[in-house]
Amino acid sequence: MVAEIGHFALVLALALALVQSVMPIVGARRGDPALMAAASPIATAQLAFVGLSFAALTYAYLVSDFSVANVYENSHSLKPLIYKITGVWGNHEGSMLLWVLILALFGWSVAAFGQNLPASLKANVLGVQGWITVAFLGFILATSNPFARLSPAPFEGQDLNPILQDIGLAIHPPLLYLGYVGFSISFAFAVAALIEGRIDAAWARWVRPWTLAAWVFLTAGIAMGSYWAYYELGWGGWWFWDPVENASFMPWLAGTALLHSAVVMEKRNALKIWTVLLAILTFSLSLLGTFLVRSGVLTSVHAFATDPARGVFILAILCVFIGGGLSLFALRASQLSQGGVFAPVSREGALVFNNIILTASCATVLVGTLYPLVLEALTGEKISVGAPFFNLTFGPLMIPLMLAVPFGPYLAWKRGDLLGASQRLMAAFAAAIAAALMAWYLTEGGPVLAVLGIGLAAWLIVGAISELVSRARFADVGLAIGWRRLAGLPRSAYGTAVAHAGLGVMILGIVGVTSLQVENILVMKQGQTATIGRYEVTFDSAETRRGPNYTELVAHMTARKDGVVVAKMDPAKRLYTARQMPTTEASIVTHGVSQLYVTLGEESERTDQLVVRMFDKPLVTLIWIGALVMMAGGILSLSDRRLRVGAPTPARHTPAAPVAAE
Amino acid sequence: MRHPLRAVLLAIGLVLAAIGPALAVQPGERLQDPALEARARALSAEIRCMVCQNQSIDDSDAQLAKDLRVLVRERLSAGDDDDAVRDFLVARYGEFVLLKPRFEGHTLILWLAAPVLVAVGALASFLAWRRRARVAADGRLSAEEEAALARVLSEDQRGMP
Repeated sequence: MVAEIGHFALVLALALALVQSVMPIVGARRGDPALMAAASPIATAQLAFVGLSFAALTYAYLVSDFSVANVYENSHSLKPLIYKITGVWGNHEGSMLLWVLILALFGWSVAAFGQNLPASLKANVLGVQGWITVAFLGFILATSNPFARLSPAPFEGQDLNPILQDIGLAIHPPLLYLGYVGFSISFAFAVAALIEGRIDAAWARWVRPWTLAAWVFLTAGIAMGSYWAYYELGWGGWWFWDPVENASFMPWLAGTALLHSAVVMEKRNALKIWTVLLAILTFSLSLLGTFLVRSGVLTSVHAFATDPARGVFILAILCVFIGGGLSLFALRASQLSQGGVFAPVSREGALVFNNIILTASCATVLVGTLYPLVLEALTGEKISVGAPFFNLTFGPLMIPLMLAVPFGPYLAWKRGDLLGASQRLMAAFAAAIAAALMAWYLTEGGPVLAVLGIGLAAWLIVGAISELVSRARFADVGLAIGWRRLAGLPRSAYGTAVAHAGLGVMILGIVGVTSLQVENILVMKQGQTATIGRYEVTFDSAETRRGPNYTELVAHMTARKDGVVVAKMDPAKRLYTARQMPTTEASIVTHGVSQLYVTLGEESERTDQLVVRMFDKPLVTLIWIGALVMMAGGILSLSDRRLRVGAPTPARHTPAAPVAAE
Repeated sequence: MRHPLRAVLLAIGLVLAAIGPALAVQPGERLQDPALEARARALSAEIRCMVCQNQSIDDSDAQLAKDLRVLVRERLSAGDDDDAVRDFLVARYGEFVLLKPRFEGHTLILWLAAPVLVAVGALASFLAWRRRARVAADGRLSAEEEAALARVLSEDQRGMP
């Protein structure tokens, strides 16, 4: 009964979405306030119905109702409660339902927090949101019904894929989807602007918080996924340039570009057309990411062809939204007016540079991800595009971008002074040289990558901080007033500095683990001690154990540094019984910002002799700490009064007069 | 074994260990010469394990990956240079085995996408800037804009009572 209620609620939500996708837009056309105002309650009701549906599926999981096919296929009565809940979105149907739930949540947020939006813009935005909801609800109901019943009902479920039974991966999809779907708001605003044929700086101010929020979530989702792969997959890598990773990385790159171009639009009323295009592209890449992961096209072009219903449906959604968005753009973009003029060396110029590089790097990832698929589909030729390709093409694009990042905030709007900015960056430059020399000294003339990379990281971090300090003008106004000036800087200035410094922290982690990692692969006998970096690891014993839904072989080891016990380590290999699926549980000890990483390899006949793979991974945690710092920057910027959703606009920020289309 | 349960668990553990994911690069595979081994590792990272999902033979636990790792080391020990090893593998398994495709006719777009896009972006920005700068510099309107202005003004006058 509950499953049927959930199913019916979805149908009702679709009906509402159909209304939402037509009525407000017609209202905006005709200037009918009643039709326009209807969008908000509809969006709210839609959230209620989709929420009810999601709750129904969650209930089916909680009570292990195996008469629901989805629950049978992905759950098990013995599964821990937390994974019963997260199992709801650990599968295709449930994850699409989560996608739509988040979409409804964002639609409702626009309705609830967008009181100060012009009525017609709000109506159009909600209307476009309605189109997206219709498409995805239609997809779920037509091809991926999570409430399908089984008769007779099986006694026991097939369990969730064990590598998904992990808290990291449990919260990874919701974060990722909050990011993907968050960009639907930017998309809806862009399309609404094109429909209305007008766009102004105020538009950018409404779009920025949504884009920022989506970006923060997407950053969190990607970082979470990366850390999960690092500790769960068991070979210690943190980024594999896997198509699934690329699928989430592309919207991130485009979204980062969008954040920056929206700044130009807001402050200087320039780059409007480009910003609208980026908003469309960013959401298009989010849709593409969903398509790539959900259609099975990545595993093989043939897998897609054998079960085409879902793939073709998503492909159709993709074509309609990307094609439609871009066509509308081509038709209407010329009506959007041009904005302010700026010199090549200026804040705007720096942000254009940022956009060129980010867009090109995003395109590189896109081409690299899709090229083998397209080539195989067209010519039947199979090639691989893997990590070495991306490192070689993506890496070199990042270096000029990183070098340029500290310059950006130092350049004035309209016309900047490159020489002056360079002089004010002397401190950062000196810090970079000092850091590089120190790295060179500490690694005893170690890898060039480490020396240059650490210099680059210092350049980014000190460059970001020094910009804040220089804005306080301590030298001119003295310490006391300087402090007050520093405290009085807008949150968004802090946001920029923190996010850019976070990038530097992340670079430090990447460089550290890439160039300074130490590895030791060996056969260990019980009682044997092995050296890894600055540590000695002793293999004490091994045993087999039984967990709630798995059995495992676990080794007990002791890590020592200079003879002092630092940590007990228990790397394990598990076998999830229901699916007969093995997993590797790495044992990780964090010391400072570095980690000691131990996994078990292929075992010999005796349990007192194991193959062990150990890594000393210097600075590795900085990769994810850097991501957290970047997110903190995003959140700081989001909390800036200027962007606070629903906050009254201060008088001095009177929006520029809307620029009419003709 | 005093505890039967323990024996069962141990047996399960052994089976589990036997079928479980082994780890890449086993101790026995490594070459004595560290320079040669380093080359083998670097090369292995560029060779795809063809039965895996986007894994290099250096990372993979599959039997095929192990065979290829041993093969790469054999070729290197026999004195092949890196390209010769790649050629050997491509001749046997096709282009699919290379994680970094070669720069050839059918991978032209793949390799050139990034540099071409940067160039196009830079050129487009430059042209847009020059056009706008010229308009801003002479402060005059283009013929097109004059026409548009005249049209708007005349419409305004017509609209007046």
